[in-house]
Parts: sequence; C-alpha cells; structure tokens
Amino acid sequence: MRVRVDGEERIAEEGQTVAAVLLAAGRDSWRTTRFGGRPRGLFCGIGVCFDCLVVVNGVPDVRACLRPVAEGDDIRSQDGAEVPS
Amino acid sequence: MSGIESADVVVIGAGIIGAACAEALSAAGVRVLVIDRGAPAGATTASGEGDVLVSDKEPGPALELAAASRRRWPELLDELRELLGPGRAEIGWDPKGGLVVATTAEAVGPLAALTAAQRAAGVAVEDLDADRAREMEPYLTEELTAVAHFPDDAQLQPVPATAALLAALRARGGEVHSGVMAEGIVADRAGAVAGVRTGVDAIPCRAVVNACGPWAGHFSETVGAPVDVLPRRGMVLVTAPLPRFVGRKVYDSGHVDTVAGGDAEPRFSAVVESTASGTVLIGSSRQGTSFDEGLEVEVLRRLARGAIGLFPRLAGVPVMRAYGGFRPCTPDRLPVIGEDPRMPGLWHATGHEGAGIGLAAATGRLLADLFTGREPVVDPEPFRVDRPEVALEAGA
Amino acid sequence: MRRVVVVGAGPAGTAAARAAASFGVEVVLIDAAPTPGGRHRWDARGAGARAELPDEVEHLPESAVWAIEPVPGGHRVHVRTGPVDGPERTGRAIEARALVLATGAHDRALPFPGWDLPGVCTAGAARAMARDQGIAVGERVIVAGTGPFLLSAAVSLVEAGARVTAIFEAGDPVPGFITRPGGALAGWTKAGELARYAATLARHDVPLCRRSAVIAAFGKDRVEAVLAARLDRDWRPVPHSLRRFEVDAVAVGFGFTPQLELAVAARCDLEDGFVAVNAAQATSVPGVFAAGDLTGVGGADLAAAEGAVAGAAAAKLLGARVRAPIGAMRRVRAGRRFAAALAEAYPLRPGWREWLREDTPVCRCEEVAYGAFRRAVEELDVGDARVLELATGAGLGLCQGRICGRSVAELAGLPETADAFARRPIAAPVRLGELAEDVPVDEGP
Ligand SMILES: Cc1cc2nc3c(=O)[nH]c(=O)nc-3n(C[C@H](O)[C@H](O)[C@H](O)COP(=O)(O)OP(=O)(O)OC[C@H]3O[C@@H](n4cnc5c(N)ncnc54)[C@H](O)[C@@H]3O)c2cc1C
Ligand SMILES: Cc1cc2nc3c(=O)[nH]c(=O)nc-3n(C[C@H](O)[C@H](O)[C@H](O)COP(=O)(O)OP(=O)(O)OC[C@H]3O[C@@H](n4cnc5c(N)ncnc54)[C@H](O)[C@@H]3O)c2cc1C
Ligand code: FES
Repeated sequence: MRVRVDGEERIAEEGQTVAAVLLAAGRDSWRTTRFGGRPRGLFCGIGVCFDCLVVVNGVPDVRACLRPVAEGDDIRSQDGAEVPS
Repeated sequence: MSGIESADVVVIGAGIIGAACAEALSAAGVRVLVIDRGAPAGATTASGEGDVLVSDKEPGPALELAAASRRRWPELLDELRELLGPGRAEIGWDPKGGLVVATTAEAVGPLAALTAAQRAAGVAVEDLDADRAREMEPYLTEELTAVAHFPDDAQLQPVPATAALLAALRARGGEVHSGVMAEGIVADRAGAVAGVRTGVDAIPCRAVVNACGPWAGHFSETVGAPVDVLPRRGMVLVTAPLPRFVGRKVYDSGHVDTVAGGDAEPRFSAVVESTASGTVLIGSSRQGTSFDEGLEVEVLRRLARGAIGLFPRLAGVPVMRAYGGFRPCTPDRLPVIGEDPRMPGLWHATGHEGAGIGLAAATGRLLADLFTGREPVVDPEPFRVDRPEVALEAGA
Repeated sequence: MRRVVVVGAGPAGTAAARAAASFGVEVVLIDAAPTPGGRHRWDARGAGARAELPDEVEHLPESAVWAIEPVPGGHRVHVRTGPVDGPERTGRAIEARALVLATGAHDRALPFPGWDLPGVCTAGAARAMARDQGIAVGERVIVAGTGPFLLSAAVSLVEAGARVTAIFEAGDPVPGFITRPGGALAGWTKAGELARYAATLARHDVPLCRRSAVIAAFGKDRVEAVLAARLDRDWRPVPHSLRRFEVDAVAVGFGFTPQLELAVAARCDLEDGFVAVNAAQATSVPGVFAAGDLTGVGGADLAAAEGAVAGAAAAKLLGARVRAPIGAMRRVRAGRRFAAALAEAYPLRPGWREWLREDTPVCRCEEVAYGAFRRAVEELDVGDARVLELATGAGLGLCQGRICGRSVAELAGLPETADAFARRPIAAPVRLGELAEDVPVDEGP
C-alpha cells in the first residue's frame, strides 16, 4: 500500500505499524519534545510511554507503535504539542 | 510520640487552610505545631486548580472574604519571599483574569444581573463583545451571546503555596508533623482545650484549629462540638498538553448557580483553563455528600460536553487523566472561621467548598486576627461557628 | 449480564476466554491490538493459549478499554473500537457479571544519562519490532538490564539481523539457582527455552557480561555510543571499569511493571505491586478475576495457565457446571514458584541512582531533570505520590507516570507507591469528542 511520510511517498505493507514504516524508512525520531525540542521515536514499543507520537491524517498524538498503517495514510512528524484541526 | 512536646496552638490538617492559619498565627508570634494524618497538601488541596476568584462570588460575605483574600495573596507572597528568599516562595502566582461566558439568549439576562451586582460591590468587570472576546481567547466558541471579563481573577499553584506557607512556619520555629492522626481533644476541668489526643499520646496546647477540610465535620463530631461540613465531590478532566490554548479562566455563566445550588442531584458547569505545562483542565461537577470515589463515566461525559461547548476545538484533544476531590461544604456555602463557643480553645477553619485555595490567605489572617484580638480583616460575623446553619447539636 | 468479559488477548486472556467458552458461557474478549496473541505473541503451550479462538468467543480487536465502572451485579466496561488513538472509533459499553483482567505488564526502564536519545528503547520494544515487524532497532545493539528475558530480546534481535555487541546483566544470580533440578525452573514447561537462547547467543558470539550495565548513552540526535561499567553488589559503578562501545541502539529492561490501571479502577487489592488473587484467580473484588503478568511475571506459560483457571472460575460464577481445572492449577503452582524465584534472583539494587547526573531527565514526558527534581523534593517536603507529581512535574505527562512513576517515587524516598501511580481512571486516552458521545450500552444476555 502507499502512504506518505513527511510528504514523501512510501510503500508499506499490510500489518505494519506506523513506527515500523518510519523505522524502515530510516527514521529513528519523528517527534520533538515540548520544552527542549529534543528528538524522540520508539521507546517502549507497546503503547505505554507516549514517546512515539506522530500526526496521522492531520490528527496529532497518535501512538506510532500501535497504529497499523492504512492505505493512503498521511504520516507527519509531530512538533511538540499540536492543536488538532 | 517523642519529639512533639507542646505548643500554644495545634493546627490539625496541613492542607492550604491549615497551612495559612499556621503561617498567620506564627507571624503574630504564636507557637504553632501542625499535624496531618497524611502528607502536607496531599488531600483536597492537591485537587485544587488554584484559582483565586472574585468573579464567581455572590455579593455579600462570600465576595468580601474573596476580595480580601485576593488583596492579601500578593502581600503574603512578598512577605514569604522576604522571609524565605526568592527561590523558595515560587507559588506560580498568575493574575491572568477570568472570562464569564454566556452562549444562549436566556443566559444574557442573569449574566448582566451578576456583573451589575459585582460592579456595585466594587469588583472590576468589563463587558466584552464577541469579537474582542475571541481576540483574547481565539479558540472560544463563535456562539457567544455575552461575555464579561474579570481582570482581577488570578491563579496560584496550591501544592507549592502550601509548602511555602509551611516553610515560613518552620522558619519562625513552628513544626509540621506528617503521619499524625488527631483522635480527640484533651479538655481541662472547665471543658476548655488542654491538648490534642493523637494515636500515641497527647500534645499539650491551649488551642486547637480544626482545619480538617472535608473531614472537619467528622473531627468536630468526634470531639463533641459538631459543625455541618460535608464532602461535595468534584471531578476534573486533564487533556494532553497543548501549545497555548486558553489564557484565562473561562467559564459558563451558569457556574455561579451551580456552586450555590443544592445537593439533590449532580450539578455541572463548564470551566476551562490551561496549566503552566500546557494541559487544559476541565471542570466542574458537584455531587453527593459522601466520600464515594467510584468513577462515573456519565459525569466525565457531561464535563466533556460542557468544555466542547465553550471551545469546540477541544473535541479532537485527548484526555489523559480524570481526578477528583471532595470540597468541604457547609449548608449555607460559607466557611466556618472562629472559636467554638461550646468548647473554649477549639477553633474551626473549614468549609471553603470550591474556593479554599483562593480564600486561604484571608482565612489565615482572619483567624489570627480573632485569636490575637486584632481588628479583623473582614467582618467575622457571617462565618461564626454558632450560626444556626452550621452548628449542630452534639450527638444529634 | 450473564456474560464474561475478558480484557487483554495475550496468553492469559486468550486462555481465559477459551476456558470460559468451553463451559458454555458467553464470552467477549477485548484487546487493543488488531490480532490476538498479546504483547509478545508467545505460542505458549498448555491450556489452549493458541492465538486462534473458537467461534464461541466474541473477539473485539482494535478495542481499547478506557474505563471500568461498577454497576449493580457487575461491571460496565467502556470500549472504543477502531484505529488506535482515534478519532474515528466507535464507542460501546459492555456489561458483565464476571470480568477477567489480563492486561499484562511492560518492561521497567531505569533512568540513566542519555536514556532519552532515539535509539535507546526497551527490551520489549526491540523484541516486538523484531518479532512482529521483522525490523531490528539497530545494526549494532547492546542489550542491558536485568533478568532472563533480556536473553530472549537478544535472540529476537539476532534473528532480525542485528549484531548484538553484548548483553549486560546488572545482577549476579547464583549459578544454577534457576536451572538446577529442583530449582526455580523445576516444573516450568519452558525450562529448555533459556538453554536454547544461550546456544543461539553463543553461536552468534554474543557475550553475557554479569554485574555490568550501560550507565550512560551519548549522541547528538540519536545514540552513537554507550558507557558500560562493572557494578558492585549495590549496582554502583566500579571505578576504572568503564568501557565505551559504539552502537546505534540500546535495548534496556529492568523487570516489569504490571498494567494495573483497570484493576485499580475496579478497586482490586494489590500485593507487592501486583494484583492479589486466590487459587481461583479471584481478586478481592467479587466478580473480578485477574491472570497473567498482572498478578506476577513468570512467562507466557504461567500466564496461560492462570488464564485457564480464571476462565473456569468466571464461568462457574455465572452458574455453569465446571470441571475443576486441575492440570492448569498444577501448572500455576509450578509457575508461581518460578516467578517468585525470578523476582528473588533478579532484584533491583539502589546503586542505579548513582548513574544519574544533574541534567538526566527522570521524567521523559515533562523533561524533568534529576537536579531540579531533587531540589523540588527537598524544598517541598514531599510525602505522597500526588504531591510528588504536583511538586516536581514528574509523572504529569502523557504517560501518566507509567514509565517514571516507580523510579521517581524511589528517588523521592516514598514508600511503595505502585497503586498510587496506577490510579488512572482513564486507562487509555480518549479524545474529548469521543468522551462527549452517547454510546450504546450492551447489557448482554
Ligand atoms: C476538583 C476541585 C477543584 C478545585 N479547584 C479550586 C480552585 O480552583 N480554587 C480554589 O480556591 N479552590 C478550589 N477547590 C477547593 C479547594 O481545593 C479546597 O477548598 C481546599 O483545598 C480546602 O483545603 P483544606 O486545607 O481545608 O482541606 P484539605 O486540603 O483536605 O486538608 C485537610 C487536611 O486535614 C487532614 N486531616 C483530616 N482529618 C485529620 C485528622 N483527624 N487528623 C490529622 N489530620 C487530618 C487531611 O489529611 C488533609 O491533609 C477545588 C476542589 C476540588 C475538589
Ligand atoms: C523482552 C521480553 C522477553 C520475554 N521473554 C519471554 C520468554 O522468553 N519466555 C516467556 O515465557 N515469556 C517471556 N516474556 C514474558 C511474556 O511476554 C509474558 O509473561 C506474557 O506475554 C504475559 O502474558 P499476558 O497475557 O499476561 O500479557 P500480554 O501478553 O502482555 O497481553 C496483554 C494484552 O492486554 C492488552 N491490553 C492491556 N490493556 C488494555 C486495555 N486497556 N484495553 C484493551 N487491551 C488492553 C494488550 O494489548 C495486550 O495484548 C518476555 C517479555 C518481554 C518484555
Ligand atoms: S513507543 Fe512507547 S508508546 Fe509507542
């Protein structure tokens, strides 16, 4: 299936999580922290640490390690805290 | 209980009210010891959002005490800073102002009546049109029918504030003991206070302040001088952190009625504000007269709806936490501050319902004024212990 | 309400659902993941822990339980179904007379300088990525922490193509204590597993260094190197023992933290930080059972055996005629001995505090540095978990103290506060708009 990662088109497979797509794309961080602007990516891998937050189809605060990708997903790095549109 | 010798006054309860009373007494030269069965600021005070409001008080004694407290907090802060040094009195004081919002045609009249009364009582109020209101709070709903701005509403952080008050007490030689339960009072032959009975032994003193918050009714009953203070539950939703979302305290104009209303059924009003860390706090609910902690999803649902009504963009924001607390509540919604004529030496400082953080500064001052025989900061009469609304018959 | 609801479809939950269904009661099995199998997809042997489920079990995949509410005669379980974190999920409330909680546990991570750099993750994360997604979190990886489950994480990494530079085991369990006949592994059905892991790791030249730990990670925007040290008995770094390794990932695990929020919301009693249960896996709350990592960590087999017992007990509560699950109960007893021995053989030692520096974040979400944290604790006379959070900011972020809670409580000198930090009535985030919706309530048969 086709998805977009920060604007770039990528091929993803059924059953992959968004985090897996990002890691496979060579990304090891996709979020910055609110205060220090530090990069963050995968940490706990099972949905408890909330470090892997990412914007999916315009919706911020989605846990990349749990979210399965879907055809056409628009995946974007999250910049600190964002207000959903 | 070695180590606790004696004091002039033992304050029972290290919430913000007990801490404020202890601080004010110690400033007047009284030797004070504070005990708490738990940790300082660990109970209701930790639930408080920290608003110091004048906008939601009905003209009369409630507003007088609130206005006195609003004046007193910045002074008190200066005193604390001077005593403790600058870094140690950081209590997050923020005079951010409040917006009271009407979103229906029916709500316009009552809001106008409230602001007129507040203005007459000397409170600063500014009527805003919808555009101006949305300039101040860009995420506010477009369905505004009337908005009032109260520039004097402020906020502080209850836990650091309590800690600073207790630090001041210690700096003046007072003591704070956590994990000590007050089980009763030791009376002398004449029936006056001579000490506090704790789990282990007794602490001699000549006066006791009952600052047990929502448990004050229970404690007063134990010692045979009951006052009618019951817990009134409140829940708060906490959202995921957001970039600057709401700058002031914003609440629905129905709020004042909710606070003043009865307990027959749960009451709700939409109250929204941000914290320093970016989360948005969403209140408020009022229900019950017991310490029942069970989660009620329906209550959370009502809170969520209210908040979205004021700020539609909140609909997409995750909620990460819900917490609750029990406001110490009296039948006439006024605190009880003063000595109990039924037992000389027993003082009460409690019943502040949803405003104890804001009212703490003036409460401490008033109690110390009365204790030392100074001119009181506000008329103490409406808060007296033996008013028929709160003084219960022993054993009744 | 004549129905069993099972929360969590790992080895424990799937076994519970199968067992209850086999006695003819209606079962709903709810899990946040799209497929059953649990966090680590163990093919546990024994009492029907296979991932495929019988038709009688109604499985709700991609369904997060975000709250549990007591109602007369049972509990109401609030669920959002759909792609995780919404917003396009549907809501539903399901009532049940019997509730089996099998929400599992997650790795515990201790703070150390650089633990917030991308490339540092938990052993569980490395394992899940490798096994479920076929992706190694790095090319050169160090595995560090304590406990035998580090070995299985390392094996998964090797199998996914990573080079595991070393495994640093901070503890020093008495050799043979676990594996000797009659030792902790006696009766554990997967006793051979550890030996197989050891063989695989030997084949790939992965050294296991005891009494050693990664005490710092470095890098600009991701981990580039780590500092490893020998530890003394208390886990303080031994002077002059530091070694530097170039790596691009570190997987850490220091035991487990059970996922307690739903059990705490249901007001189940805890014991040593886990949910307390009796021989029938019943908690202190009538109608609520618990199984698996939630009651103590002893691996997938124990979880499955506990699940089978819990499922039978739940069916019995509903009035079904139930044969006593004697085999499963025997496996539970053996597994518990193993779990207890594990906990005893791999304790955490307080010397980890010395790994911290002033600027080390102790709370990842709110970026609370150790120095500032300590000053706040000293100044504010912190006496309980709630005050600790409000005074320091630690634990107030999105993870709600799931990662840092136990560590910051220890650093602040609080007594065991497993339950204080687990008081999260909202067990999984829901969006405000979702919360505002009216949802159908399914009262069941
Ligand atoms: C959700 C919520 C939001 C709120 N928001 C605000 C707000 O924004 N602004 C505001 O002004 N107010 C607010 N309030 C109200 C405010 O929190 C309370 O009025 C205030 O904290 C009361 O303080 P207290 O010291 O009387 O009680 P507490 O903080 O409860 O302190 C009482 C202490 O007494 C101790 N104690 C009780 N019995 C004994 C005993 N027998 N022996 C020893 N110790 C004992 C307890 O352990 C406790 O620490 C809110 C309340 C809630 C629930
Ligand atoms: C790195 C690592 C290595 C390990 N190695 C081994 C090994 O070699 N051998 C071995 O036997 N064991 C091993 N284990 C342990 C094993 O994974 C666990 O003991 C086992 O998975 C426990 O099963 P469970 O059913 O209790 O929980 P889990 O498998 O964790 O399942 C819990 C389920 O509950 C769901 N859930 C939780 N909360 C909610 C909610 N609110 N709403 C909906 N669903 C929810 C989760 O999605 C999850 O699917 C290892 C663990 C780790 C972390
Ligand atoms: S990596 Fe921890 S929540 Fe996704």
